[in-house]
Amino acid sequence: MPLIELQHLTKQFPTGNGFFTALKDITLSFGEGEFAGLVGPSGSGKTTLLNIIGSLDVPTAGSARVMGQPVGSLTHRQAADLRNHHIGFIFQTYNLLPVYTVYQNVEFALLLQKRNDAQRRTAVCDALEWVGLTDKMHSKPAQLSGGECQRVAIARAMVKRPSIVLADEPSANLDAENSHHILQTMQALNRDLHTTFIFATHDEKVMHYLQRIITLRDGVVENDQWHSPSPHQPPN
Amino acid sequence: MIGFLLIGILRDKSRSLLPMLVVGVGAMLTVFLHCWLTGIMGDSIELSARFATGHLKVMTRPYAAEAEQMPNELAIIGVGQLMDELSQTAPDMQWVARIRFGALLDVPDSLGETRAQGPVTGWALDLLSPGSSEAQRLNLASALTSGHLPQQAGQALITHDFATRFAVMPGHRITLMGNTMNGSLAFANFEVAGTVRFGSSAVDRGGIFIDLRDAQMAFDMRDAAGEVLGFFPKGFYVDATAQAVQQAFEAQHNNDTDEYAPVMMRLSQQAGMADYLAYANTMGSIMVMVFVLAMSVVLWNAGLLGGLRRYREFGLRLALGESKGHIYRTLLAEAVLVGTLGSTVGTAVGLALAFWMQTVGIDLSEMMPNASLMMPSVARAAITPPAYGIGFIPGLLSMVLGNALSGIGIYKRETARLFNELEV
Repeated sequence: MPLIELQHLTKQFPTGNGFFTALKDITLSFGEGEFAGLVGPSGSGKTTLLNIIGSLDVPTAGSARVMGQPVGSLTHRQAADLRNHHIGFIFQTYNLLPVYTVYQNVEFALLLQKRNDAQRRTAVCDALEWVGLTDKMHSKPAQLSGGECQRVAIARAMVKRPSIVLADEPSANLDAENSHHILQTMQALNRDLHTTFIFATHDEKVMHYLQRIITLRDGVVENDQWHSPSPHQPPN
Repeated sequence: MIGFLLIGILRDKSRSLLPMLVVGVGAMLTVFLHCWLTGIMGDSIELSARFATGHLKVMTRPYAAEAEQMPNELAIIGVGQLMDELSQTAPDMQWVARIRFGALLDVPDSLGETRAQGPVTGWALDLLSPGSSEAQRLNLASALTSGHLPQQAGQALITHDFATRFAVMPGHRITLMGNTMNGSLAFANFEVAGTVRFGSSAVDRGGIFIDLRDAQMAFDMRDAAGEVLGFFPKGFYVDATAQAVQQAFEAQHNNDTDEYAPVMMRLSQQAGMADYLAYANTMGSIMVMVFVLAMSVVLWNAGLLGGLRRYREFGLRLALGESKGHIYRTLLAEAVLVGTLGSTVGTAVGLALAFWMQTVGIDLSEMMPNASLMMPSVARAAITPPAYGIGFIPGLLSMVLGNALSGIGIYKRETARLFNELEV
């Protein structure tokens, strides 16, 4: 059974004199352990689709089921629960909370799950170890490089062991070397933990790592292709 | 979770220190202004109380009916016994006997012949008893423009304007011509000890201050006084307390059928003071309300902006799985915490400043040398019970309301729009 199932999904936004159709009749599904990407130019509907999969937005028509739950009919609390337990987010600008340490940034999602101290400590340490930042756990985001910040964001997304991670342009603010490092990290997590990663990107470096590339243009799926993951190449 | 949020508040100065400072300053200004206005309005009332009405005044029934004419033939006889009784009825209050009189003041030349004469309004009060606070109550020392306060019987203070007009200097002899209690002519000689000015033409035009016992001798009023005034120890009139003392006094004298039985009147029952008190209270309330509203708007905005500034953080927390309701509740809890702490600190500082202003005051006498109104020359604040809580109206309430309003946006906006505040 797919983790994510989109059937004839349409999303419209009201404009001054009508509606703007951001997504049109999208039918897609994503299974466990996929490493897929939504690619396309700006305005093609990548982020809108990620928002609906992330239960941050609802479809205007059609259906979207994530972990078996209909996104369009969830209450605010149910949608929050879905995100809290099953979905991790990684952002282009990292979005770490600047006043908290690396450890506390990663720990936050677990506080929402009301896990006890020992469980949180183990999970946070594991997550920081996956991304190679154990020695930076007491640092503040301002003391980290861009690549390190994005690795903290990955640890924050992964610490609750979600089934799905949604990454919106995760490498856009990083140089080539750091981009490769974080993509390798995500690829390893995908392989080891069978977490489904869905990227929204137009970065060639990211596409190079994707197993499946879904091309969106003007809100419709133009192409949906499976690729073999490429060998990890060093950055130029 | 609470610990996590507290860490955030403590470390993020823009969420803690800055709003606390804004709230604190707002609460401090509100408290201080409230005390200041209460003090200023109250001081004018207190000035009337000190010179004329007391906080409570005891007179005989017929004297009370014609009190403005100061009819000393209707004065209280046996004032010593009455004061003992009053001290037992209301031991916390300070009771003083006074004689107010109208008289003619004769200024002789070097041969003893009349050089000048003029009408004066007189105050006879206890200036010479050890421990008497009458001179302090009328602020005579500060009002002195020359000479000194009376130090022995037979000495008087006259007002500066009168002294200037008749070329009277400290050390000169003057003669007071008035009526005894029984209607006979009375003459008494005094030495001018000093001259005083209160900044009020009503008093300064022609006033004389003599010791109570000198007046009792001169006007044949042994153990008698026109009025007994009662003052609250804190120096401020409180109508409810005055009413309680009055009721206790009346309970003892209600059945007294003597034509000259004593009656007690509160400050608010005397010569137009009720209207003035109502006016002062209304004006004070309006001014404080306007200021409280203004501060509320400022702090409301601070809370509003504080909440709006954090939409990006809210978007992230939504993405991490926090519910909108939980974010809203934590926002309000933070506002309550910051508002309470800020208001408490602001109220404490405001009260400290007000206390200092209540104790020391600002001497404005040099700024109004020609003032013709009867008003205090030292502006003081007054700390009253509402001052302890009034700072929390703009401080806590506005902060919470501002945050609550900005937080409503969390519900009103689409989750995705809040999320987009992250600029992903």
